[in-house]
Amino acid sequence: MFRFVIKRLLVAIPTLWAVLTTVFVLIRVVPGDPTIIILGDQASEAAREALREKLGLAKPILSQYFDFLWQVLHGDLGRSLATNRPIVDDVLSVLPFTIELTLASLLVGAVIGIPLGVLAAERRDGFADWFARIFSLAGVSFPAFVSGILLLMVFSVELRWFPVISTANTADPIERLRALVLPAINLGLLMVAYVTRVTRSGMLKALGEDYVRTARSKGLGRRLVVWRHAFPNVLVPIVTVVGLYLGVLIGNAVLTEIVFNRPGIGKLIVTALNQRDYTLLQGLMVITAFAIVLANILTDLTYGLVDPRVKTS
Amino acid sequence: MSASSSARRNTVASRALRSPGLAFGFVVVVVMIVAALIAPWASPFDPDAQDVMLVLSPPDTTHLFGTDAFGRDVFSRILWGARISLTVGFLATAVGVVIGTVIGVVAGYYGGVIDRLVVAATDVLLSFPQLIMGLLLVAVLGASLTNLVIAIAVTAVPAFVRLARGSTLAMRERDFVDACRSLGYSDLRIMFLHVLPNILDELVVMASLWLAAAIRTESTLAFIGLSVPPPTATWGGIVREGFDNLLDGPWLAVFPSLAILAVMIGLNLIGDGLRDASDPRAPQ
Repeated sequence: MFRFVIKRLLVAIPTLWAVLTTVFVLIRVVPGDPTIIILGDQASEAAREALREKLGLAKPILSQYFDFLWQVLHGDLGRSLATNRPIVDDVLSVLPFTIELTLASLLVGAVIGIPLGVLAAERRDGFADWFARIFSLAGVSFPAFVSGILLLMVFSVELRWFPVISTANTADPIERLRALVLPAINLGLLMVAYVTRVTRSGMLKALGEDYVRTARSKGLGRRLVVWRHAFPNVLVPIVTVVGLYLGVLIGNAVLTEIVFNRPGIGKLIVTALNQRDYTLLQGLMVITAFAIVLANILTDLTYGLVDPRVKTS
Repeated sequence: MSASSSARRNTVASRALRSPGLAFGFVVVVVMIVAALIAPWASPFDPDAQDVMLVLSPPDTTHLFGTDAFGRDVFSRILWGARISLTVGFLATAVGVVIGTVIGVVAGYYGGVIDRLVVAATDVLLSFPQLIMGLLLVAVLGASLTNLVIAIAVTAVPAFVRLARGSTLAMRERDFVDACRSLGYSDLRIMFLHVLPNILDELVVMASLWLAAAIRTESTLAFIGLSVPPPTATWGGIVREGFDNLLDGPWLAVFPSLAILAVMIGLNLIGDGLRDASDPRAPQ
């Protein structure tokens, strides 16, 4: 297990390096002189030159590139052009909100998607199956900002069950949880759809296998056959689909944070874009790409946990 | 094309025709395309004409879907917005499919160093969330119709490279490819006249699902404010205006949302229907 983790991390190094290089190149192509953005277009050429010197923009591009790699290696993402705060601090102050939202949406996906998928497979073409199909079709069809606005209109504006303006940034745990419900459902819809689909098709296959027939003919109860014998076979596809769509989830988190006005990485990305804060943008791209690479490694490790046939040693 | 493969295609077509979901999805998408095409004649008002006396007026018989914060007719703006969404969606998917497929087939067919480089490059591109990559590219290139198509196509390319490469790898070992080689056919001819037709089914299924993703990305970028600049009507842009006026004019967000949703559902039904029809073993 330990050796597998080390090996997997080593394999990720070239990918991470390429990710950093891509980010560096992309960010340098962003139009607009950063010194004008910070100082305004009335600033003198001398003042802009001094700032360029300070930001390290006067150096040759190659040495900027190596400085960038060296800094990232030391966990330093530079300072924001707009606020001059260390980017790592900015990111860390909102990261818990995004992680909280993402985990909650995965929970929503599992808690609704798995039972729905199992039920749909058990009663194929029955009511549960049709419900599951329509629900998962809706789940993949709703753009996150559309479902978010509709949820907000119904449950916050009309029914007033939840706050319209997010109260996520509070010390009161009950209030924080209340502010999490709608965003988590919104982000979870897509996960419910994918998890339901993959659970349903995996269970259909598993329930048709000989060992399930054997288990049934032994007189085992329905619950035991379904959950103990058939269901474990679906865990690997579920983990795969969750890992695969984590990128989409992060993209949707951006929209969910905008619609529900929650602090988070997504809101920070949009702020950085609007202010042309290109160092902040660079830092955020690095963070999201690293998160996805990390998620891929975790996905591989989880295979070993849910399926004893997968050797991770 | 061999007899067996055209026979298979017939059964695929007949299975597809019998699927009610696919038929329904097809009708919805065709209606939307027609709406986009006839927008100049069908829209009751000029989509950009402002009327200060009619700001945020709720739906009535004159303005079917109400008016927006500038007194513009929302129904007309949705019709015109369909043109942007559908044009960007179709063009971006087409560009993404063509480039991705060519790279994927070449990589899968030749293997070796080319293949390893291509796989590494797609791995890197897939490490960025699709939407965030799109956001960044539009921000870098500037928001215009052409740049939207380029940005969304770039996010689609890696997925099609992977699919085309994987399927080509499987085809490369088949006897008919050996037969083509021994007949002295050129690599180009084998790749695009013999391998490609055999992997086309999978590509078409994925393209229909990606079309939905491309249109979703366009409307999302418009919602964030990174699509064709105003006053041009875009679905995502109208939803944004509705979101900003959520308490005063909820219809403004609801109607374009329904238009987006209808296209998404239509395209997903087509994609799912095609996938089920092309894979006889898939659980229906």
